[in-house]
Amino acid sequence: MRLINLRPSRGAALIVAALPFAALIVVYLVFSDLRIEANPNDKLLPSMESFAEAIRRMAFEPSVRTGEILLWADTAASLQRLFIGIGVSALAGFTFGILNGLIPWFSATWSPLVRVVSMIPPMAVLPILFITFGLGELAKVVLIVFGTAPFIMRDLEQRVRELPREQIVKAQTLDANTWQIVVRVVAPQVLPRLMDAVRLSLGAAWLFLIAAEAIASTEGLGYRIFLVRRYLAMDVILPYVAWITLLAFLLDVGFRRFNAFFFPWYGTSR
Amino acid sequence: MMGDHPGALIRVSQLWKSYPDTAVLERINLEVERNEFVTVVGASGCGKTTFFKLLLGEEQPTRGTIFVGGKPLSPEPGKDRGVVFQRYSVFPHLTVLENVLLGLELRRSKFLCRSFGRRRREELEQCEEMLDRVGLLPSANAYPDALSGGMQQRLALSQTLITGPEILLLDEPFGALDPGIRSDMHELVRELYRELKLTVLMITHDLSEGFRLGTRLLVFDKVRVDPQAPEAYGATITYDVPVTRNRNNGNGLADVSQARVQGTGAGNA
Repeated sequence: MRLINLRPSRGAALIVAALPFAALIVVYLVFSDLRIEANPNDKLLPSMESFAEAIRRMAFEPSVRTGEILLWADTAASLQRLFIGIGVSALAGFTFGILNGLIPWFSATWSPLVRVVSMIPPMAVLPILFITFGLGELAKVVLIVFGTAPFIMRDLEQRVRELPREQIVKAQTLDANTWQIVVRVVAPQVLPRLMDAVRLSLGAAWLFLIAAEAIASTEGLGYRIFLVRRYLAMDVILPYVAWITLLAFLLDVGFRRFNAFFFPWYGTSR
Repeated sequence: MMGDHPGALIRVSQLWKSYPDTAVLERINLEVERNEFVTVVGASGCGKTTFFKLLLGEEQPTRGTIFVGGKPLSPEPGKDRGVVFQRYSVFPHLTVLENVLLGLELRRSKFLCRSFGRRRREELEQCEEMLDRVGLLPSANAYPDALSGGMQQRLALSQTLITGPEILLLDEPFGALDPGIRSDMHELVRELYRELKLTVLMITHDLSEGFRLGTRLLVFDKVRVDPQAPEAYGATITYDVPVTRNRNNGNGLADVSQARVQGTGAGNA
């Protein structure tokens, strides 16, 4: 049989999916052991015990300096920035996407600007944001918005244009005005697509969040990683990276579930 | 045919449509009376879909005028002309019942776009009646994607007709259906046409469908052809034939063999 026609069963798929993860862990443990054997103070590949100790310190014990449990404080600070930023982007993307996709005069006015702004590398304007908005929360949130909103706007505009022309004509023959077409035909159909666009922007949002926190912050997941880097504290950095990955993964799953639950017609009609 | 006819519901005179490099339609003159069922046939690319878009108001003529009910056609689609396309005529995010209800809600509620309370119940009743009429009541709560092609077109018809348009425009509505389903749909359209006293204009590429369904058949074709520049001349109405049908035929469908063809001749387009 040809390789392209051989498909793993469900169980086999689970097993082979677990293999690379297991291999990574084994390779890590082996090299970690080798290094620690050579030098008990090695910091590069900490042992499982040091991880457990670091996690206990960061996630379950209040900090001596602030009295907060650092992991939770960092997580709360980061998620708050992420959600405000991505929320503003989603709102802007939804509004501009629908108006740009549906109303020729609006699109003629604003689409070129959106296109140009989306070409600006967001990290390049970070200094400008820090200068204009100070080193506080606002600059970080604005960076996330700057980095994700243009993409969402352009994506949604495209989705609106992809709606079959027949639907828009049909709505007009049912005597719908522009507002009614937006409310009853376009918005409900691009809402799940907005969720998809936001989900796909989350990776970029995390990137900008961690970058902004690394440069100027007093708490946050990205701040913590870059702070402890000075002490080569891999025992803290690696669990933090794993935690961020888990959060990103859960958000992704959450958005998918949200779409499947609230828009049962979506996915079947694509 | 070109004389002044105040009674004509649709009056098209000296209509031309061309794009920068292509002439699509030329010298179209047409009068359609109330309660006529006009079918339009022609080869692909002969401009029948362009003609359809002009009547719909989706595109504007290069020259000439279209009058509907004595008034010049507004340059956008409107509620006097209901439409069913070959595909994508229904809204995938609404259930069958919501699809039909939409027209009523849009008509009454200009801002909230939804109706509530007693009025909603009345409208729902009206919609259920309509769905029952076309045989879709059992699927009222399904999404269109779960319906077969024929049922989707039944839904598209009821969605359009619930608001009571005077003119029904059909663009190859049965082109994507299986033959058996198609003849069921023919019957349904004929029945609705008679019950609701509609004026129907239907595009089809199937000549026998045109003869079976309509009371009048139009053929679009190019009369002038320049072999060096096939896009130089547009198509026009080459045949305009009334279709008479055997009145004893119970289902109201014309038998092609009994359709008496008048005019200069009926070529297969």
